[in-house]
Amino acid sequence: MFAYIVRRVLATIPVMVVVAVFVFALLHLSPGDPAAIIAGDSATDADIARIHAKLGLDQPFYVQFATWAWNLLHGDLGISIFTNLPVLKLIGQRIEPTAALTVSTLIVSVLVAIPLGVLAAWKAGTWIDRVVMLFAVLGFSVPVFVLAYVLIYVFAIATKLLPVQGYVPLDEGLRPFLSHLVMPSIALGLVYIALIARITRASMLDVLAQDYIRTAQAKGLRDENVLIGHALRNAAVPIATIIGIGIALLIGGVVVTETVFAIPGLGRLTVDAILRRDYPIIQGIILIFSAVYVLINLLVDLSYAVLDPRIRY
Amino acid sequence: MAVVPSDLTLPATYVRRGRVATYIRRHPTIVLGSGLLAVMVAIAILAPYLGTVDPQALAPAKRLRWPSAEYPLGTDMFGRDVYSRTIYGARVSLAVGISVALLSIGFGMAMGLVAGFSRLVDAIVMRVMDGLMSIPGILIAIALMALNRASLKNVIFAITVAEVPRVTRLVRGVVLTLREQPYVEAAIASGTVTAKILWRHIVPNTLAPVLVQGTFIAASAMITEAILSFIGAGTPPNIPSWGNIMAEGRSVFQVAYYIVLFPGICLSVTVLAINLLGDGLRDALDPRLARRL
Repeated sequence: MFAYIVRRVLATIPVMVVVAVFVFALLHLSPGDPAAIIAGDSATDADIARIHAKLGLDQPFYVQFATWAWNLLHGDLGISIFTNLPVLKLIGQRIEPTAALTVSTLIVSVLVAIPLGVLAAWKAGTWIDRVVMLFAVLGFSVPVFVLAYVLIYVFAIATKLLPVQGYVPLDEGLRPFLSHLVMPSIALGLVYIALIARITRASMLDVLAQDYIRTAQAKGLRDENVLIGHALRNAAVPIATIIGIGIALLIGGVVVTETVFAIPGLGRLTVDAILRRDYPIIQGIILIFSAVYVLINLLVDLSYAVLDPRIRY
Repeated sequence: MAVVPSDLTLPATYVRRGRVATYIRRHPTIVLGSGLLAVMVAIAILAPYLGTVDPQALAPAKRLRWPSAEYPLGTDMFGRDVYSRTIYGARVSLAVGISVALLSIGFGMAMGLVAGFSRLVDAIVMRVMDGLMSIPGILIAIALMALNRASLKNVIFAITVAEVPRVTRLVRGVVLTLREQPYVEAAIASGTVTAKILWRHIVPNTLAPVLVQGTFIAASAMITEAILSFIGAGTPPNIPSWGNIMAEGRSVFQVAYYIVLFPGICLSVTVLAINLLGDGLRDALDPRLARRL
């Protein structure tokens, strides 16, 4: 078990190395002079030269990579071109809203999706199952900003139940904090709910066909006990896996959701960085998001042993 | 819905009609999905003949007109006809979806086949793919777009790069199982050249899963294009794509929500159609999975 944990943790290193090399190489693989593109159409030669020096583009390729990797290992993600502030600091300032949004979305999604999936599997083939599956296909098809605007129109503009947009930190009160997170979490969570519900249903259908489920029913256990105690427990591993993999959808959706709802988080920072072509920020954000994604999936992998005691490494 | 009952009145083709009816009953999602998709493709192709005007024509005097007889879907803040823009937008969105699906299948298949047949390449390619797959796809596309000038070609390229790893892994997985099959071993034992084994025995067996994957890639590519355009890192503003139209409608949403609504509905319906088609194809091509997902 311990050996497995060590091996699994070590396995994340080559993955992060590839991510880092990719993020670095991006700047150099793009056709043309990256400094000229970053500087924009109205830049002077002096501007371009300044960006060259700032990004170290005037040095040989291997020196650039070594410097960049060395700084990265020391927690230095570079300096923003536009604001001249360290990228790490800019990211640090924006983490809280994004963390609040993704955590609330995660909680809402899991609480909605797993019961839906269990219900669909339990009532497989009935209209309940069909409605849940139809909802799942719709969830994959409606882009997050379309749903976001529908929600804004219905709940903020037409009925004025919720604030249109914005973000209020937790220390300014729980109620405004939550009311600003309701719509973004639903919009962001829809595709994630669809994904988890679908996999939960599939995984539950597999388990419900097993002999021990029939035994449990035959000995007179109530449906809830069979479904939750016997079936869901055994269906947990694929569900945990998809919750981990699906984080990628959340991260992609955060960029859009924060733009629509004017939430000052990492997604908004990304969009601002794109508009200003502030490449060091984009690099930093990709690294941070990918690291979070890899870390979560590492935890999911390690959770298998807890979810299913039969799994021994 | 799209099931046209017109030939129910013709008694002659009894047998054929029976087959069609059976097919529709067995694969309702394929029929519904491909029907809806066919309508959207027809709209895209016939765009100039559907009563549209120049989607770029500015009419500052007629800004933000609500839907009316003259402007069925209203006008945007530059007085451009939202109906024409939405219809022409179908061309861009579908072109992106189809191109990305074809390109990522092409590249992914080539790399998957080579990785599945060469241990050395496998070790290298799959490490790279693992790394790329741990970057959320949309961020890869954003990073590539941030460094390239906005053009439709670059949008397609950026989304393709983000989609290729999944196809590669899928194809490689299929190749690895096929390689152990007796008929492939027999072909190797009888001295068939590798290229012929790949082409005759391996590639045909990867087509079904790749086809299904391709439909889902097309659907997600269309959403990604819309997201990129929406946040200002996608299709250049002079090309009306659904994402662009919505991005431009963003600032006036409170007074003219129809600018966001109509392209949003079109995008959702098209992606839904492709997803239904993909679900149906997967069920039809892989009966083992049919009941489960």
